[in-house]
Amino acid sequence: MSHLVSIDNVDMRYGGADGTLAVSGLTMRVDKGEFAAVVGPSGCGKSTLMKLVTGLHIPQAGVVIVAGQQVTKPVSIVGMAFQNPTMLPWRTTLENILLPLEIVERHRHRLRANKKEYIEKAENLLEIVGLKGVGSKFPWQLSGGMQQRANLCRALIHEPELLMLDEPFGALDAFTREELWCVIRDLHAAQGVTIVLVTHDLREAVFLADRIFVMSARPGKVVKEHTVPFERPRDLELMYETAFNDMVHVLHGEIAKARVVA
Amino acid sequence: MTMAMQNRAAKPSTKPLMQRINWVRAAPFLYTLGLFVIWELSVIVFALPQTLLPAPTRVFEAIVQYWSPIWKNSLQTLYTTTLGFLIAVVAGLGIGLFIGWSKTIYAGLYPLMIGFNAIPKVALVPILVIWFGIGTVPAVLTAFLISFFPIVVNVATGLATIEPETEDVLRALGARKIDIMLKVGIPRSMPYFFGSLKIAITLAFVGSVVSETVASNYGLGNMMSSAQSQFNVPLVFAGLLMLAIEGIAMYALMAFIEKRMTGWAHRSTMAN
Ligand SMILES: Nc1ncnc2c1ncn2[C@@H]1O[C@H](COP(=O)(O)OP(=O)(O)O)[C@@H](O)[C@H]1O
Ligand SMILES: [Mg+2]
Repeated sequence: MSHLVSIDNVDMRYGGADGTLAVSGLTMRVDKGEFAAVVGPSGCGKSTLMKLVTGLHIPQAGVVIVAGQQVTKPVSIVGMAFQNPTMLPWRTTLENILLPLEIVERHRHRLRANKKEYIEKAENLLEIVGLKGVGSKFPWQLSGGMQQRANLCRALIHEPELLMLDEPFGALDAFTREELWCVIRDLHAAQGVTIVLVTHDLREAVFLADRIFVMSARPGKVVKEHTVPFERPRDLELMYETAFNDMVHVLHGEIAKARVVA
Repeated sequence: MTMAMQNRAAKPSTKPLMQRINWVRAAPFLYTLGLFVIWELSVIVFALPQTLLPAPTRVFEAIVQYWSPIWKNSLQTLYTTTLGFLIAVVAGLGIGLFIGWSKTIYAGLYPLMIGFNAIPKVALVPILVIWFGIGTVPAVLTAFLISFFPIVVNVATGLATIEPETEDVLRALGARKIDIMLKVGIPRSMPYFFGSLKIAITLAFVGSVVSETVASNYGLGNMMSSAQSQFNVPLVFAGLLMLAIEGIAMYALMAFIEKRMTGWAHRSTMAN
């Protein structure tokens, strides 16, 4: 039982019986400690997949199992980060990062008594993502890239077993994005957390992931699964190698096909 | 600091007078003065009788002449307005939070609120008089009824426009509705709330004065209507002037409170 996430034949329809069928017959598994990427044409149900795994939506058919338990309500062993960093502007960066601890059941009661320990942990995370000393600043004083780094800290502060990232770097410029790829790569290596990354950037998927799931157009299901063969630790130079570009090319072809079928 | 003082003392007249004045800060006073000058000149040029439009000098004269009743009635109006406004703040905040709490409540109560707001509040004064008699109570209640709506709408809007992503992040962590409201909804609606106070206080004056005009023996509204029936037009204008002063003072106070309480909203992207 080494799958952390297992999705079996899941159907999810929005808005009642004749609403939008977002995903249908979706099946995928993610192993513990693995870095999985999900790619697919836009509107194919990638964000829906995230919400199914985190328990924000309950599917009409099929089962979602996370950490050995069927998901029937939100599971607090996950951390989430979206394209929009959604930092609360009235809190400092540090207070924003500590927010999940005020919510998650097993932390909220010991937060007040162990504040110092938690702040230390947050400062530590800030240092890992390259934001040392920024904790006292307000989010609106940070650049987009810095906000997204802080967002990652917030997603990790309660030590989730599973990190779900929904196009987290979509709004960033190319250089910042590459910097953050390295941040995520190192976090994954250092913390041993399982990561599911939804993205439309194929190079990002190939550079970061161990496994890539390609989804069909709506209603989405996994039509192809790739294992990424490149050795870790990976360097940004990897992206200029032929094998890397060939893989991106293959993925590109598959998604183009998935779109045409729709 | 001492350096700066010395500098200024050493060469006091390096800048000409015109440059040493902060024109932006001075502008409100200069423009007000300008308005009075134009007003005065128009009255003189067009030879308007003071029963039609008294000159500002005549209005100031009236203020001095009738200072005692003006002062008493100004305080009365300030009192009814502020009381009605404070009730509106409490009720508006409460109802706003209640309405913003759930989509169903929002959907159900919103049309009712719009309908209620569409009723001219002056039409309610006779009913209030039947219930409470004339005087302070209907004035306070009219001020309350007319000013609580913008507070409700703004608070409810702040709650109802929480970014879905923020809500998802928190709900995925196991947050209950009350957690989301306390951590996000309420702090988020505060800029809307404090912003609405400026509108509400202005409306509260409208409410109390209308009610005093038709159903009270006190207050600036009553004073102006009796002055009008005696053709004492300068006194009517004196009343208007006092209202304007009270209105500006309360507005400034609300703007100050808003800035103090929600400074972050003016700097972040939420400022609109
Ligand atoms: N809350 C919702 N209500 C109704 N339809 C939705 C909702 N969320 C998503 N959808 C629909 O489901 C489909 C999949 O959406 P989504 O999972 O967000 O796609 P992706 O993230 O791959 O772009 C889309 O067609 C979208 O319009
Ligand atoms: Mg999406």
